[in-house]
Amino acid sequence: MTVTTADLANARALVESVLDPEMPMLTLADLGVVRDVVIDRDDTVVVTITPTYSGCPALVTMRSDIERLLHRHAYRNVRVDTSLSPAWSSDWISESGMRKLRDAGYSTPGRAPATPARGPVPLTLTTRRRAVFCPLCGSPHTEVVSEFGATLCKAHYRCRACLEPFDHVKEI
Amino acid sequence: MIDHDNAYGDLVDEDNHGQWAFGTGFDDPLAGVDTTVPDDVDLGALARYCLSLGDDALISSHRLSEWCTRAPELEEEMALANIGLDLLGQARLLLARAAAADPGVVPFISDSSPVPAEDALAFFRTDAQFRCVRLCELENGDFAETVVRTLVLTTWRLAIFSHLRESRDPVLAAVATKGVKELTYHRDYAARWAVVLGCGTDESRRRMRTALEFLWPYTAELFVPTEDELALADAGVGVDPRTLREEFDNVIGQVLYAAELQVPHGPTVGTVGGRAGRRGLHTGALSLLLAEMQSVARAHPDGLW
Repeated sequence: MTVTTADLANARALVESVLDPEMPMLTLADLGVVRDVVIDRDDTVVVTITPTYSGCPALVTMRSDIERLLHRHAYRNVRVDTSLSPAWSSDWISESGMRKLRDAGYSTPGRAPATPARGPVPLTLTTRRRAVFCPLCGSPHTEVVSEFGATLCKAHYRCRACLEPFDHVKEI
Repeated sequence: MIDHDNAYGDLVDEDNHGQWAFGTGFDDPLAGVDTTVPDDVDLGALARYCLSLGDDALISSHRLSEWCTRAPELEEEMALANIGLDLLGQARLLLARAAAADPGVVPFISDSSPVPAEDALAFFRTDAQFRCVRLCELENGDFAETVVRTLVLTTWRLAIFSHLRESRDPVLAAVATKGVKELTYHRDYAARWAVVLGCGTDESRRRMRTALEFLWPYTAELFVPTEDELALADAGVGVDPRTLREEFDNVIGQVLYAAELQVPHGPTVGTVGGRAGRRGLHTGALSLLLAEMQSVARAHPDGLW
């Protein structure tokens, strides 16, 4: 079989359409974890994805979902590789991803903090300063309950105006 | 048609949902990652170094997971579990990296065992084969002890990882770059709790002092380099931990000053003929921890998860 540009574009579109198992309003493209899709000489679709966090349990599910979807669309040979570098950043979440997160009641991450590429990492003894608006009522009067929420990528907040709890996707 | 005799029957349909019952078949966390290192790097030393860093993370992760169902508040339980999960992810990558560098470190289970290398390392080594520092393995104690231990270990690990970002081993550099972002959150968490408890009530301050006095003697071990660490530091792959002592002391000093607490003085915990955790000499707490952590995997050496 000769691989056409259309095959590759189609494979890429399929990979990008796979949903994140933990935040299923997002596709893998929205999340920014798809690093590469190529078709090599043996007609193997080689997909490269990157984990959001080292311990993210969703990665294995993403890999198997990608493989199954491509198989169902007649791509017989599929390999899913991992890429660790550069490390994923919440800045890679797409505009449409941010919009979908807000629509689903999440507070979206601001710009990721600039970690110095070398040398010691500064200590932050106060609460991380973020402009977090309640995704439910829009109030700016919110407070952090815990920097660690329901999944590795979220912090747990509470709105002081409407008193509802909500998740903030962390800057990383 | 529902098959009442097979609980997993419905999972094996044409849509292939069998992964929920039988696993996904993906078991290599380094699939596709280039694991080649420069020729002058001693692969055995690299493997043992990755095991020490991986074992620190694995054993700390298990201790943190023991807080599930018994942390002071639900939010703290989630936080400790989150930190544990990050560390487990780091451990998995590091153990896999150790196995890729030197397959000789992986225990042999059986010819038919499908257990991947990093699981074999986690679940089929004996206590004396673990290379974690003793500070990781001690029993949890109260919440103050977990705060102090997490503060000490994450401060040390963040200092090490921030240097390893420039390691000549591309895998170690990538694991470190990712880990730095995670550990920054972990250290801030522990540091803030240290301040809250240190400046809190008489009781919380008393507990922090007791925890510091008990755990501080174990910190010296973090700064005693092994031969592997020295060789790898020379080769630009690892870090000599002694060079990070000042950075470590500065951070801990800042936190304890804000927490109105003092760095304890006093003797360090002894070694046996110079041997400690990095060289397989552990406390009894590690043996008990492993007995629990490894029991399921050891009962099913041919199991697939």
